Amino acid sequence: MIVIIDYGMGNLGSILNMLKKVGVRDAKISSHPKDIEQADKLILPGVGAFDTGMHHLRETGLIPLLNEKVLKAKTPTLGVCLGMQLMAKVSEEGELPGLGWFDAETIRFRFDFKHTGLKIPHMGWNTVNIKQAGTLFKDMYPQARFYFVHSFHLVAHEATNVLTTTEYGYEFASAMQREHIMAAQFHPEKSHKFGMKLYKNFVEYA
Amino acid sequence: MLMPRVMPCLLLKNGALVKTVKFKDPAYIGDPINAIRIYNEKEVDELIFLDITATLEKREPPYKILSEIASECFMPVTYGGGVRDVETIRKILSLGIEKVAINSYAVENPEFIRAAADKFGSSTIVVSIDVRKKMFGRYEVFIHDGRKSTGLDPLEFASTMETMGAGEILLTAIDRDGTQEGYDLDLIKKVAGAVGVPVVACGGAGKVDDFRMAVKEAGASACAAGSMVVYFGRNRAVLITFPEREKLEEILK
Repeated sequence: MIVIIDYGMGNLGSILNMLKKVGVRDAKISSHPKDIEQADKLILPGVGAFDTGMHHLRETGLIPLLNEKVLKAKTPTLGVCLGMQLMAKVSEEGELPGLGWFDAETIRFRFDFKHTGLKIPHMGWNTVNIKQAGTLFKDMYPQARFYFVHSFHLVAHEATNVLTTTEYGYEFASAMQREHIMAAQFHPEKSHKFGMKLYKNFVEYA
Repeated sequence: MLMPRVMPCLLLKNGALVKTVKFKDPAYIGDPINAIRIYNEKEVDELIFLDITATLEKREPPYKILSEIASECFMPVTYGGGVRDVETIRKILSLGIEKVAINSYAVENPEFIRAAADKFGSSTIVVSIDVRKKMFGRYEVFIHDGRKSTGLDPLEFASTMETMGAGEILLTAIDRDGTQEGYDLDLIKKVAGAVGVPVVACGGAGKVDDFRMAVKEAGASACAAGSMVVYFGRNRAVLITFPEREKLEEILK
C-alpha cells in the first residue's frame, strides 16, 4: 500500500489521481498511524510555507513514526514540492528544524526582479538537466519538462544526492535521491507523461 | 528554460462547454471531458474552467464535473465560479484541482482573498478580473459575468489583490472575448507593469502571434485562449484544437 501523508497541506487528490492512472490500486490518503505503519511506500506532498508545514506535521504526531519508517525500516519515500523542502535540515523560510532526511537546506531564490526580470514564484513548465537517472528518471522521455510552483528550493550539501538541476536565474537541485529517499521540487502529478513516468518509476522501485 | 504558459480557458454552463462573444450568447461546444482528452493528448500547459452562471444563480461549483475533470487532467487546472468561502475552496482542492479563481467576491469582500491566501497559499489563489473599456479609454472592473459595474480601476484593484495575497491575476478584456481580434495589449501592459505576480492575458486570442505580443510586448506571464482552441475557420465550426508545441516554443522563447 502506498500512503500519501495527509497533514493538511495541499493538493493530495491530484497525486491519488496520478497513482490510479499509473495502475496503483491500493493507494490511500491518510494521517492514521496504523496506515503509515503498514505502508510499503510513502509520499510526502505539500504546498505552502515551511513552518506551517512542519507545524502541521508535528501536530499530527507522526514525526517519530515517519523517522522510524523512513530511516530505520527504509521505506521508499517520495517528497513532492514542500514535501521535498521539509526533508532538508533547515529552511530560510522558518524557525522550525526540518526532517533532516537530506543533508541540505532550503533557501529562497537568490536574485532580484530588477536585475533578472524573473518573477518569484518560479511558476510554469521548465526542463531538467539529468545528472544521474537514479530511480525517478530511469528511461525518462527526452526533453522532459515539469510543472513548477515554488519560491524556495533545496541546496544539497552532498552533491551525489542531486538527480536533476533546473535553470531559473541559476541552476538549482530540482530532484534528489539518497538511497530509498527521493524528492522532486516540481509537481510530477501535473506534468503529463513525464510525471506519469516518474511516478511509475517510484511505484515500481523495490 | 521556463516557457510562458499558454492555456485553454473553457467556459461551463449547466455542465456543458460553451463559448461566448463579449460575455454574451453562449454557444454550445460540447462535453468538457471529451475536450480534456484532446488537450491531454496535445499536452497543453494548463487549463482554466470557469462556470459562468454559478454566481448569477447563487449556486455552488459543479463538484461532480470538477471531480471528473481533475481525474482526467494531468496538467494544472484552475477553477472559477461561485467561490465565496474557504470551505468551498477546500472542497475544490480536495478533488485534485490546483488553483481557484475568485472574481465577483474579490470585489465584494477583498479581505476574503487574504484569508484564502493565508490558508491555502498564494500560489493557489487566482484573482480573475473582467474589464470593460469605457468612454475616453478608461478601464473599469466588472463583476457578475460582466453585468455589474464596480467603479474600480483595474490597475489599483490588481495591486490591492496582490497585497491581499493573490498569486496570479487572470485579466480578461470583456470587449475582446470571442472576437479573435487580438488581446487588449494596452490593458495588459498597464496591469502587468503594476503588479509583481504573474498576469494571464485573456480575451481576443485569434492567432499564435497574439501570444507573442501579449508576452513580449505587453509583459503577460501567460496567455489564455477560448475561441481559438474550440473553433476552426471563419464559420467557427466546433473543433477542439491547440497550436503545435514547436510553433509555440519558436515564437515564445
